[in-house]
Amino acid sequence: MKKAQPPSGIDPIIIKDHHEIDYLHSYAQDSPFFAGLSQGRLLGTECKGCGIRYATPRRHCMECGKETAWFDLPLAGRVHTWTTCYLEEPFHLVLVEFRGVDTLFLSRLVGAGEGEVKVGMRVRAQFLKKPKFRATDVYFVPEG
Amino acid sequence: MRDVYLVAGGVTRFARAQPRMDFRTMVKEAYDLAMGDVPELKPKDIGMTVCSYFSDHFTRQLMAGAMVQDYLGLCPKPSRRVEGGGATGGLAIHSAYEAVASGRADVCLACGFETMSRVSTRKGNEIIALASDTNFDYPLGGFYTAYYAMMAVRRMHEFGTTADQMALVSVKNHGNAVHNPFAQAPARLTVEDVRASGLIAWPLTRLDCSLMSDGAAVAILCDRETTFSITDHPVLVKGVGAGTDTMRMADRPRGRVIPLPHERAGDYRGLRYPGVHSCRADRMAAKAAYAQAGIRDPREELDFAELYDAYTSAEIQAYEDLGLCRYGEGGSFVEEGRSALGGDLPVNPSGGLLGCGHPIGATGLMQAVFALWQLQGKMKEHLGSRRLQVRGARRGLVHSHGGTGTYSTVTVLERAG
Repeated sequence: MKKAQPPSGIDPIIIKDHHEIDYLHSYAQDSPFFAGLSQGRLLGTECKGCGIRYATPRRHCMECGKETAWFDLPLAGRVHTWTTCYLEEPFHLVLVEFRGVDTLFLSRLVGAGEGEVKVGMRVRAQFLKKPKFRATDVYFVPEG
Repeated sequence: MRDVYLVAGGVTRFARAQPRMDFRTMVKEAYDLAMGDVPELKPKDIGMTVCSYFSDHFTRQLMAGAMVQDYLGLCPKPSRRVEGGGATGGLAIHSAYEAVASGRADVCLACGFETMSRVSTRKGNEIIALASDTNFDYPLGGFYTAYYAMMAVRRMHEFGTTADQMALVSVKNHGNAVHNPFAQAPARLTVEDVRASGLIAWPLTRLDCSLMSDGAAVAILCDRETTFSITDHPVLVKGVGAGTDTMRMADRPRGRVIPLPHERAGDYRGLRYPGVHSCRADRMAAKAAYAQAGIRDPREELDFAELYDAYTSAEIQAYEDLGLCRYGEGGSFVEEGRSALGGDLPVNPSGGLLGCGHPIGATGLMQAVFALWQLQGKMKEHLGSRRLQVRGARRGLVHSHGGTGTYSTVTVLERAG
């Protein structure tokens, strides 16, 4: 009797599989920063040991390992670098530098047209009226 | 430590999707190609395996490295996975190197893959961006092209690198890939084509960016005794180096350049380094690899390099961080044709990531395989054409990085037979 042959040469069978997870994402040691945003404050951290000031907070100093202290960043800074993203609606991302602060802060820049963003441009922080406790609760606008 | 040799490699053709092969069969195809090159070597000789893939989100199969091991028939020997973003394949080579150098294994297989076609390009970008700080960076609509674009903009400001110079990298690498049958994106392009291909994140256009790919690659590393009993074309792993930098670009210091042996500390007075224009991890990796390889001046002592060009701007940045030219001269380095095939120091003669595709976990291994074939003088044998063979190549370099230059690996390879 002739044996049944396994099927060969057929197209691969592709199914769709859904995967969804809700993460309980704790900001943990960074939580004061996000609480600050809801009060219109931009909080960085500074090391009392070696004097480094971090615009994006780090709870422990990268140089000496000591625990850092919170401080209020100035709300005005300058664009260190930028890009305009063309996903759906174009939007600008900027790394902001602050006078007297050693590191930078990543944010969105609102209120500037395409081709209007420049390195060195003065920008000022604005806050969402209804905070969502996300890094997007703060954004920057051109100064003046 | 023992000397370690790269004896054979294999790679699948990279493609947007390979639905006829899953990750195991892709690795098997690359493995068979490598083993076919050294028929004296038998699977029983392989002491351990390092498996390289980037994202569980792409694979949707945890412990996929273990499944590769069993599919290749290499159980019950040891196997492990390594991961480090775009540097994953480079780290796998280093891990395999360490296994052989330490004497733990005489023969170590490094194999890698990525199956990026399992999700849409948009979801793929999201998954890749999870390799950025999820508190501060990812939620901003962050996707990796934007991060590299910000580095490129600062480099333009600091050094005067131009968008046209970046586009020349795309023209070169896609053009080299025309002669590479394993490549996903061969194309004869002009600078105008690249600039007109649609902005993704200014100044980077679609053709400034590498593609999502399915693919696999493997490399086989051996001790001296095994090597000389199985191949007449051994390639010595002459130096390995790795480095790191902060995950958040915002955190990077603005300090002083770390000089390479052919540079002096005073060469770059006033340049605040690395900032976001350069990559300190690459510098560290190169410094260590050159020290081990005894390289005093990489400009004179390398015949070609396979560099990490996921973005055109990243290749220009790597020229400088690896000391192939001075800081600030990366743009003119490509403009003057010095990194072209036939130039002083051909970069990405294989087509690189831009030309070949970028299945993340396979990429660093793919670069090593093409470098191996260059040094063995076997480009024609494997690619069917001599066009990409760098004549008389004796020493080459392979470089990869992950994150925004967060993890970096450099490997110097040298013909030993």
